[in-house]
Amino acid sequence: MTKNSAISVRGLRKAFGNLEVLKGIDLELAHGEVLGLIGPSGSGKSTLIRCLNMLEVPTAGTVLVQGRTVSPKFKAPAPAMGTGELRRKVGMIFQHFNLFPHLTVMDNIISGPVRVLRETRSEAESHARDLLEQVGLVDKANAYPAHLSGGQKQRVAIARSLAMRPEVLLLDEVTSALDPELVGEVLEVIRRLAANGMTMVLVTHEMGFAADIASRVIFMEDGQIAEEGTPEQILRNPTSDRLRGFLSRFHG
Amino acid sequence: MYHWDFYMIFQSFDLFLTGVWVTFIYTLGSIVIGIVVGLAACFARLSRFWWLRLLARSYQELFRCTPLLVQILWAYYALPMILGVTISNTMAGLLTLALYVGSFYAEIFRGGILAVDRGQREAAASIGMSSSQAMFYIIMPQAIKSMLPSFINQSVIQLKNTSLLYAISIAELTYMTSVVTSETYRPLEAYSMAAILYFAMLFPLTQIADHFERRMRRSD
Repeated sequence: MTKNSAISVRGLRKAFGNLEVLKGIDLELAHGEVLGLIGPSGSGKSTLIRCLNMLEVPTAGTVLVQGRTVSPKFKAPAPAMGTGELRRKVGMIFQHFNLFPHLTVMDNIISGPVRVLRETRSEAESHARDLLEQVGLVDKANAYPAHLSGGQKQRVAIARSLAMRPEVLLLDEVTSALDPELVGEVLEVIRRLAANGMTMVLVTHEMGFAADIASRVIFMEDGQIAEEGTPEQILRNPTSDRLRGFLSRFHG
Repeated sequence: MYHWDFYMIFQSFDLFLTGVWVTFIYTLGSIVIGIVVGLAACFARLSRFWWLRLLARSYQELFRCTPLLVQILWAYYALPMILGVTISNTMAGLLTLALYVGSFYAEIFRGGILAVDRGQREAAASIGMSSSQAMFYIIMPQAIKSMLPSFINQSVIQLKNTSLLYAISIAELTYMTSVVTSETYRPLEAYSMAAILYFAMLFPLTQIADHFERRMRRSD
């Protein structure tokens, strides 16, 4: 493990009953890297990203964040890292946004900083206003999620994650539930985050987008890493038949 | 043609007022205790420990599947025999009502919590909340909104159920009505008055509840 490693994964396995979804994954994620995870549905990419912040507890193997082993418990004795601390460092954006419907946009964003980081309401709100500006939704601060479009909801969800000042962001098919015309506004926000050096892992079906912003792409198949390389190698010059077959379904 | 005469009924109005007050106190007391018991039983049913789930389940089924009147009579007459202690009618009445409504509340609470999307728990976890913070700040506020209509419904039934305390001579409204009847020989007027008083207690409460429910729907 290099000193620059944000997350490392060793021998990660995950089974649901008899179904083994991840069959031994080894992975290094460096600070500032943008890692794209692609693969057919059922290949285990969502399960992998969910294991990275312990929303799924691995059956075997270890996840290390900043060199510390992650425990599935909320609080874990040092040097292990509990999920409470883990999730303050590693944020997650979901396919279905999962905004809190009973809270306004502003209260959605400050809920983590106020409840978890114990920031005062006013400092959390001023940070939240900066973030809303970044995602272009300052005028929606007092709206409830039900009154937003899908693209707006996802941008609020991104702001909610960023409010925790995470070191790594995990994005799990964040545009898959959006109408096609709303995808662009969300990708634009993510593109800016990448440009600003945010470390990210993104599971995506937007191949063109992955090619644009990822520094490395992993092709997963059947619970394993099948291919790994630069976007140029993986997406533009695929060598294996399986990968070529997979990509052809996207490029038409 | 029956000749209605409310004069004597109005003369005993203080007895009715006592009944209204006692009914109100038993309703409020049993609802407050019932909420505590219901919450405990609800979280026991959602617990990781099978024996807690079994315990809560047994309690619920026992109280849900026997008639309240039988429970009240049993608590007042049979239970003291078994335990060898005296139990006042106040204690037997209040606790039976509370445990009865608690068993229904538990199911209402549980349904409300389970109805909240799983993604909410994950989103709360993803911003570093503990499971109790997630429950308190994220799950419960949403669950309360969806469980409110059934909760109010059950509480309205609860006020009317206090009339069964008549059987163990607690001075609630129905019992006091029978007292008035025996003093005035005017049962039709007395029970008409009782019905009016029950309605007068509940109707404003349901209206207030509706108002709050509408207010909570602002975020939809």
